[in-house]
Amino acid sequence: MKVSLNVNGRVGVADVEPRKTLLDTLREDFLLVGSHAGCEHGVCGACTVLLDGEPSRACLMFAVQADGYEITTIEGLAPAPGELSVVQDAFCEAHGLQCGYCTPGMILTAHALLGHNDAPSREDIVEAISGNICRCTGYGQIVEAVEFAADRLRRANTPRDANGARADEPVTGSAAAPLGGRT
Amino acid sequence: MKPAPFEYVRPDALAEVCEILAADEDARIIAGGQTLIPMLAMRLARPTKLVDILRLGELRGIRTEGDVLVIGAVTRQVEVERSEIAHRALPLLMKALPWVGHPPTRNRGTVGGSIANADPSAEIPLVAVTLDAEIEIESPSGRSAMPAEEFFIGPMLTSVVPGDCVCAVRFPVWSHPCVGTGFHEVSARQSDFAFVAAAAQVALDEEGRCLDATLGLGGVGDHALRIDVSALIGQEFSSASIADLVRAATVGLEASSDLHATTSYRRRVAAALGTRALEDAFADARSANGAVQ
Repeated sequence: MKVSLNVNGRVGVADVEPRKTLLDTLREDFLLVGSHAGCEHGVCGACTVLLDGEPSRACLMFAVQADGYEITTIEGLAPAPGELSVVQDAFCEAHGLQCGYCTPGMILTAHALLGHNDAPSREDIVEAISGNICRCTGYGQIVEAVEFAADRLRRANTPRDANGARADEPVTGSAAAPLGGRT
Repeated sequence: MKPAPFEYVRPDALAEVCEILAADEDARIIAGGQTLIPMLAMRLARPTKLVDILRLGELRGIRTEGDVLVIGAVTRQVEVERSEIAHRALPLLMKALPWVGHPPTRNRGTVGGSIANADPSAEIPLVAVTLDAEIEIESPSGRSAMPAEEFFIGPMLTSVVPGDCVCAVRFPVWSHPCVGTGFHEVSARQSDFAFVAAAAQVALDEEGRCLDATLGLGGVGDHALRIDVSALIGQEFSSASIADLVRAATVGLEASSDLHATTSYRRRVAAALGTRALEDAFADARSANGAVQ
């Protein structure tokens, strides 16, 4: 079956068997291997992608069902080649990853959370990533990374006065960068 | 972890869905797919054909019909979580939904899918049974409705026959001024399958006397069941009488046993959580203080 998918803002056509999951199609037909295959039955969250901005399991969906959605993979988050989105950068700075297997799913989930809620509590973050399993970090630094990213995004969105100073304490460098990708 | 081959169809109308299902008894409906696809991946299910109903507009949405809230079968769980009408009308369902899977599975999982799947430990069927909801079913001979208690007949077993499609769940809305709810669950991990879950809803008058009460238990036996707590009606809150009532009702309960939890554990936990859910519902109704939730 031919299916037309909108992935990271680009439309591509794949010829797939109905039984081919969105995950396998992204990896094999679109060569976007940032979505990882973990358990392949919806438990681990390594394959998380955004469908119309909401995290979903790419292994719990067939490619033939995925037409008409805006699909965002980890490859679609960075604002430009060689750059990182605020959430990606926060994961690096806060040591929110070790082996990196769960990271794309964690980052996309966090990205979606911060789209809804710019000041998530620790509980909100834990609930949001509760469907993503990490076997290295023990989650502490992942939660910190999401808190860090939320803090940076809030500051980046704080209104400035006529002199360009923000209402709260000033920040410098990449902390002021806008959230990458479509938001 | 790759499903066996199948054919995929996405009909434009419900009538067509029923025709396809009636013509091929190995065809299966897929909606959100959050339970079916793992079963396909593990080859526990091998349908010849998947009939995708997720985009059927006629099966989607939340609307009020008199004192009933109708939730279309393919309405996603997350849509209910975010619905203001559902928050006002069905506080019990709102308490149960955060226990259903994880946020990413609730983004795709549907209300009707959880009902049709009939997992004995699932929360949405438990709330449907507790509130005496009706399941609307489309079949080649027309539309009918069936009480949730008759709909669920065993583990992953319902009264639907090939050619039938669950199209909506009709939840009764309590119109009493002071309505309170309670929900408790025990599972191995947050959002994992419930060993036992208890859902309760209580209505009180201004003096705090009970006007109506219902209690449901899930995960204990083959399907969710209602416990008769009508003895509480007309009574004021009494922790001891609630505990006695629930204990008496759960002593001889048919409970399953598996490597996670034994029969006697399930009965004990059912009594404890059932009591707690009712106590919470009373407290919640008292704090509602005359305001509709």
